Amino acid sequence: MKENSIMQPEAPQYAIETRDLSIFYGNFEAVKGVNLKIEKQKITAIIGPSGCGKSTLLRAFNRMNDFVPTSRVQGEILMHGTNLYSRDIDPVEVRRKIGMVFQKPNPFPKTIYDNIAWGAKINGFKGKMDDLVEQSLRGAALWDEVKDKLKQSAYALSGGQQQRLCIARTIAIQPEIILMDEPASALDPISTLRIEELMQELKKNYTILIVTHNMQQAARVSDFTAMMMLYGETRSGTVIEYDDTKKIFTRPGDKRTEDYVTGRFG
Amino acid sequence: MAKYTYPEEKDLQKFVVARYRKAWIWQTLFLGSLLVAIVSLLALLLNVVDGAFGYVAYEFKKDPSTISAKPIEQLTQQELAALLQANLSTGAYKKLNNETPMGERSESDLYGLVLERIIQVDTKATYSLSDSLFRKAEIQAEVAEKYPKARLDFRYWLTPNFLTSPQSSKAEFAGVRTAILGSIWLVLIAVTLALPVGVGAAIYLQEYARKNSINTLIQTNINNLAGVPSIVYGMLGLAIFVRAFEIFTSGAMFGIVDANGRTIMSAGLTMGILVLPLVIINAQEAIKAVPDSIRQAAFGVGATKWQTVWSHILPSALPGILTGSILAMSRAVGETAPLIIVGASTFISQDPSGPFSKFTALPIQIYQWTARAQSEFHNIAAAAILVLLILLLTLNASAILLRNRFQRRY
Repeated sequence: MKENSIMQPEAPQYAIETRDLSIFYGNFEAVKGVNLKIEKQKITAIIGPSGCGKSTLLRAFNRMNDFVPTSRVQGEILMHGTNLYSRDIDPVEVRRKIGMVFQKPNPFPKTIYDNIAWGAKINGFKGKMDDLVEQSLRGAALWDEVKDKLKQSAYALSGGQQQRLCIARTIAIQPEIILMDEPASALDPISTLRIEELMQELKKNYTILIVTHNMQQAARVSDFTAMMMLYGETRSGTVIEYDDTKKIFTRPGDKRTEDYVTGRFG
Repeated sequence: MAKYTYPEEKDLQKFVVARYRKAWIWQTLFLGSLLVAIVSLLALLLNVVDGAFGYVAYEFKKDPSTISAKPIEQLTQQELAALLQANLSTGAYKKLNNETPMGERSESDLYGLVLERIIQVDTKATYSLSDSLFRKAEIQAEVAEKYPKARLDFRYWLTPNFLTSPQSSKAEFAGVRTAILGSIWLVLIAVTLALPVGVGAAIYLQEYARKNSINTLIQTNINNLAGVPSIVYGMLGLAIFVRAFEIFTSGAMFGIVDANGRTIMSAGLTMGILVLPLVIINAQEAIKAVPDSIRQAAFGVGATKWQTVWSHILPSALPGILTGSILAMSRAVGETAPLIIVGASTFISQDPSGPFSKFTALPIQIYQWTARAQSEFHNIAAAAILVLLILLLTLNASAILLRNRFQRRY
């Protein structure tokens, strides 16, 4: 697969882009030669079969893979023309600008209020904390449900509420990009729907990258879709097609994408 | 495909019964092991309790009726003081008065002095609790025959007085106050050293150290250190704290003169080193139990490693760390061998005045009393063992309570 053959959506504004990005775990090349240009204030979904490196790729954007001792990155991820992996970039700064919502809701074992205030505090927030907490909770469509119990433990919330709290915590530090790693896979259908609605609200202000193994979800929420698949002798994951979501799901350019999105993958 | 054979329908029941029988045999064996453990623990406890209570045959060197018209139990504080003045030599009385003026001494204190100095209890024989309960008549006959003048009383060796009295050369008046204070000092110094150092090392090993061969080696050695015999730590303490750092451990650099390194400080530091591996391992386990999702959440909002450790990992791990520290404390309370080597005093009747005083500790006291020939010392040794056991149980129980109280579910 040559990079030229991957169709890039035509748009002038990119929030972040990768150039020949490869991610290694030790000697194993988990993700190979990815070139993506992610549009501003759009939702881009990354889909593909299990184990094809979707999460690995997503975590590369805010350098969460740094915590895997053997991981190594080749190529570039550019944000405002700066390579996030260049030597003078501190991963802490990267994560400040690129927030993340995880697969399993993981609020801090603290109060609802502190869950949001903590991230703001360590990042040097100087305004009125109460206002920030309210604004973030409203932004995550959670305010009405928790406004009377801000001082209660976040663990008292339901799974869906916890996940929205995690989203509120992320938007409280006002990142430019939000990464979501299968954010609804541990939730029931109604909570999932609320998260999806929330994402539509969020994309007015943020660029969202979401990994999902739920094809319908990708089709429902995303503007662009990147299809990943294991590829070649080394069984490395790579993006085989990247296009408008509508196009990916109706007229995919790649036979493998078509097999996958229509459920004939096997 | 190969043909597999299973028991036929008619044999099935027999086969299941046979399996249950096998399971029953194992279950009985496990129950047996449990019973052996329980019986040995009960035997230990009974043995101690057996010695801590029982009949005592004793004589008075001076008959109380010859020195006082009233029974001496009923005398007032002033009368007791007068009695002491009348019956003691002037020098001995003056010495006592100089230690604490007679007017300030309590009634029970004076009563004890009268018993100890004038009447002079002379214990002839002591009997165990089991003998006292089941062979009462025989004991009475034996005492009447052997010591016609002796009285026979049932005595609880473990009394409030036993806890508050200092060491004495007479078992009837000896107590464990000095030893308890020594043990408390010891544990405090040990924990002050081991807790911060141990938790720091655990944080480093768990959160910062890379998984390379050097760190694996360090980890293995810490695990091994936890199993090193305590006497080896005693040798270490003697060489380093008692000898090499004598200027510090004797208190000489703080202006204490005429002292050597065999102080609470040396012993406490030795104990601290001894429990350090335990604290490290326990703290590591507690930190390991904090789920990775918490770390990721913190890093995800742009926290540095230290902010993550300080705000989330340490608070979550704290109950586990404290539990481990309390268990380490109970280890320090019970250790004997290193104290003998770093030079705990076996006989000392003065309370420790600070970290640079000479000291004794509960296990040392017990060891010394059991080594005495007179049987009454074995009884107070048993009483002291009870004190030690109660102390250890309290520490362990508080560790369990703490763990249950703060246990967090993720």
